Amino acid sequence: MLELITFSLLNGIVYGLLLFMLSSGLTLIFGMMGVLNFAHASMFMLGAYFSYQLGRWIGFWPALVIAPLLCGLVGAGIERYGLRHVHKSGHVAEILFTFGLAYLIEELVTMVWGRNAVANSVPQAIDFPLFQLFDSNFPAYKGLMMAISVAMFVFLYLALKRTRIGLIIQAALTHPQMVGALGHDVPGVFVLVFAVGSALAGLAGVIGGFMLLTQPTLAHAVGPIVFVVVVVGGLGSLSGALIASMLIGILQTFAVAVDYSMLDLFRALGIAVTRATPLYDFYSIKVATAAPIVPYLLLVLMLIVRPRGLLGKRDV
Amino acid sequence: MRASSCRHSSLWLPLAGMLLAAPAAAEVKFAWIDPLSGGAASAGINAQKHMTYLIDRLNAAGGLNGEKVELISYDNKVDPQESLIALKKALDDGARFVFQGNGSSVALAITEAVLKYNERNPGKEVLFFNYAAVDPVLTNDKCNFWHFRFDADADMKMGALTDAIAKQTPIKSVYLINQDYSFGRAVASAAKKMLAEKRPDIKIVGDELHPLQKVQDFSPYIAKIKASGADTVITGNWSNDMLLLIKAGKDAGLKVNWYTYYGGALGSPSGIGKDGIGTVKQISEYHNNALAELDPDVAAFKKRFTGKDDEFGYYRLKTTFDMIAAAASKAKSNDPVKLARALEGIKVNTTVGEAEMRADNHQILQPMFVSTFSDNVKFDVEKTGLGFKTDVKINAKDTALPTTCKMQRPS
Repeated sequence: MLELITFSLLNGIVYGLLLFMLSSGLTLIFGMMGVLNFAHASMFMLGAYFSYQLGRWIGFWPALVIAPLLCGLVGAGIERYGLRHVHKSGHVAEILFTFGLAYLIEELVTMVWGRNAVANSVPQAIDFPLFQLFDSNFPAYKGLMMAISVAMFVFLYLALKRTRIGLIIQAALTHPQMVGALGHDVPGVFVLVFAVGSALAGLAGVIGGFMLLTQPTLAHAVGPIVFVVVVVGGLGSLSGALIASMLIGILQTFAVAVDYSMLDLFRALGIAVTRATPLYDFYSIKVATAAPIVPYLLLVLMLIVRPRGLLGKRDV
Repeated sequence: MRASSCRHSSLWLPLAGMLLAAPAAAEVKFAWIDPLSGGAASAGINAQKHMTYLIDRLNAAGGLNGEKVELISYDNKVDPQESLIALKKALDDGARFVFQGNGSSVALAITEAVLKYNERNPGKEVLFFNYAAVDPVLTNDKCNFWHFRFDADADMKMGALTDAIAKQTPIKSVYLINQDYSFGRAVASAAKKMLAEKRPDIKIVGDELHPLQKVQDFSPYIAKIKASGADTVITGNWSNDMLLLIKAGKDAGLKVNWYTYYGGALGSPSGIGKDGIGTVKQISEYHNNALAELDPDVAAFKKRFTGKDDEFGYYRLKTTFDMIAAAASKAKSNDPVKLARALEGIKVNTTVGEAEMRADNHQILQPMFVSTFSDNVKFDVEKTGLGFKTDVKINAKDTALPTTCKMQRPS
């Protein structure tokens, strides 16, 4: 039992930190630019593919640096030559633009790397158990992932709250004309924010690609959960995203470990339930079976009870 | 796509024929209805290449009773509704033979539509050749005279897997993890029933169902398997659900045997990679190391299609074509009703052994292999350097199971 609890906690934290890596860039872009970027998960996928390809050519460590930079470049290009023009037409146009972009990127990836998963296995340099617990291994790459995720949070937090550029970025969101009049390059700031957001997604993709499957449907697979994190945490709130990621990760992991259903609850309460009872099939669903639905349940509840999310400053 | 260009050519062909006065040989049309777009497209595209190869091979050998065979492809996106529209188009285009494999829900829709069509259109009957939809019901309660299945059904595959498990005395406890839908539940209940018969001493220490293709991180499930102390896991999971499961197991250092349905399916070997060496087992009617050398048609296919994903994974399609050709020459006719009668009970020799089409429920019996993923093989798959090695070969007749099929034959 202790073993299962320890591992559920550990797995929950790992999964939570992966979710945070995924969503920090999105919450940054949304918080600073007000753009709900549907192509964010595609950047994550591109990061995984770039690191796979570069890893074969120049090795893992250079790829860990270059792949996110490439994603940042792609992001900058998207902002400079796409979003900037669409921006004038308002938020709906932006959402539709990024939505279409996600499909475009998926098709491009399919053309280049094929429909099936590529063999993106953990590089030898980090393919060893970091430590052993109850004779289960904890792989080193997950340790690296946790370290990068925490470093990401610290970097972003400091950059936004403690640097000049952070102040300009925050000011440019609410008062772009004023910031521009003061002589700052506002469009340039937006390019920078989008590039950094994309690069962070790319970095998450490099590590996340080892844990998930590097294939064209990867963006689809992780897309929805990223939005859950951002909404539950509060749109634009970095700390909120961190808390929401951990909450979702741990809740979901523990739910899997629970082999009880509502039937057991009824029995414990002394209520007789038979196959003839209405909704019997529904009661007999184990918590474990429904675990992957937990984040979405949280999303719906959050939108009803507190639409601005845990630490958000405005409603969705 | 292909279908629309065919309709154009059907307009122009008679005209061109008159002008050139060429003796146009009559053509037999094989309609192939499977996904060419959407999530399951890679399996569909791969199967289409099999069809192209096998039809060329059949035509090179003289076709069916001297008539050339032509392939018409229809994209159904693995959707039963789309498939029925595609079936209608195929019938309008003059096809009397329909091939389909991906998805039992699709196969059920087609087999019922074909049954109805044949009842209403005597003299224009259509046959349905199912090469991969494995829901047992298709050759049991929902069987009909027009449907033939060329793949072992899910229960037969579980029979073979449990036969292999029964021979492994070190196996003491088994964990079942499957997807929460009809197929996953069927796998779980078949495993429980058959293990209880063959090895009552084996304990089932877990019976897990998880949502279909929704789980990204399987580590929590691995923690549960580990806590249960299982030494073997049986899973009917396919695609991401299987690959991510095995990946998470490797990360946690879980040491179990994985008995899978789809460990060798297209894309799986690349996705599993070296993580599965020695532990991942699959059930199939062929794998590249089933024989000392590659089957000659597998070798010829690989020479013609050289991409990473171009594996001759549907060996049974070759058997399908061999059976159809044998039945056509036995019936001395390409008429679907006569061909169907000739197919009943037909036996052909394949390179792995004799295969037979059961007359009572139209279910193929063919040799099956339980094999293990290995890095020490003569022939690899998907250019990974890894491949499968045979553990156990199960003879065709030993895969047979009782059937509930009560077939009505045309008078």
